Amino acid sequence: MEMAQQSPGGLTAVQVLDTYFLEARARLIELAAALDRIDRAPGAGAVRADPRLTFIQDSLQILQRSEPGRARAIQELYSLK
Amino acid sequence: MFFIDPHIHMVSRTTADYEMLALSGVVAVSEPAFWAGFDRSPAGFMDYFRQLTEFEPRRAAQFGIEHYCWICLNPKEAEDLGKAREVLAEIPKFLACPSVLGVGEIGLNKNTPNEAKVFQQHVQIAIDAAHQPRDGAKHELILIHTPHLEDKLKGTRMILDMLRDFGSAIDPSRVLIDHVEEHTISLVKDAGFWAGMTIYPISKATPARAVDMIETHGAERLCVNAAADWGVSDPLNTHRTMLEAQRRGHKLPELLKVFHNNPAEFFGQNPKFKIRPIEVQYVMHHG
Repeated sequence: MEMAQQSPGGLTAVQVLDTYFLEARARLIELAAALDRIDRAPGAGAVRADPRLTFIQDSLQILQRSEPGRARAIQELYSLK
Repeated sequence: MFFIDPHIHMVSRTTADYEMLALSGVVAVSEPAFWAGFDRSPAGFMDYFRQLTEFEPRRAAQFGIEHYCWICLNPKEAEDLGKAREVLAEIPKFLACPSVLGVGEIGLNKNTPNEAKVFQQHVQIAIDAAHQPRDGAKHELILIHTPHLEDKLKGTRMILDMLRDFGSAIDPSRVLIDHVEEHTISLVKDAGFWAGMTIYPISKATPARAVDMIETHGAERLCVNAAADWGVSDPLNTHRTMLEAQRRGHKLPELLKVFHNNPAEFFGQNPKFKIRPIEVQYVMHHG
């Protein structure tokens, strides 16, 4: 069965959104706070090119895709080749 | 390290949690009146206020913890003006109890006109109750709940506007506005009020974000609490926030200020509160 067709435990899309929206919101705020924290620290300019920040920025691009497979793509992004 | 948790709902915790708090250095807790998870009757509120003022202090005392509380009709049930009238009429009697610090946690839930009306009535009760000769205080201490999630910003603004409408009758140093987050903390602190941050999964702050806010906005007039009520909450979240601050290099005097001395300073404005700020000397060794 294609990944996109595996229903999450019989829930509809609206039910999934209802169940997970607040958790997703909380994690987005956490990520935003972490990025703010880096910017507040001395030497913030120097770390902009750090590969870990590049990883975060590339991950945010993946999150904006409209197809499933985002979690896997981010994992692969972070994996040693 | 000693802690005072300035906002924790111990009625929703087992006695084992009191033991855990005592083992973890908590010397006092402050418990605001809140929503039970269901709507109470006016008689139910009287039983609840007795639980807060009689039973919980005894339960806490088994472990050497001072238990203080606040009295009000919570914002969630303020939509019912008839119930509000009955419950508010009884509040002055409970304000006289030896462990009651003031009126709270009043506030807004969905920012409705009825909630706003009952909020204002509570503030008036706090003002009227202070007209007993004592220490020149303008009003009893007030502890305020700001709404959850998408209602928080608008609700915080409404609360600040309503407090402003009371003019000089309100002393901002005697009011703590709780559950502040990144988008409301400046509004509260810039207006001269005390601010509380609640460390609670999903719907409020995390230890890391709380320490961010302390670092960004300063530790003055700022408290941290665990709330620890009906959700998947943890009474040690205040401690986890202290550990996060320690992890970033904040030293013992700063930690004591936020997690013990600030609550002691705010609550100490009521002579019933027995714990005073403590001082520690921190010697830096070099070489």
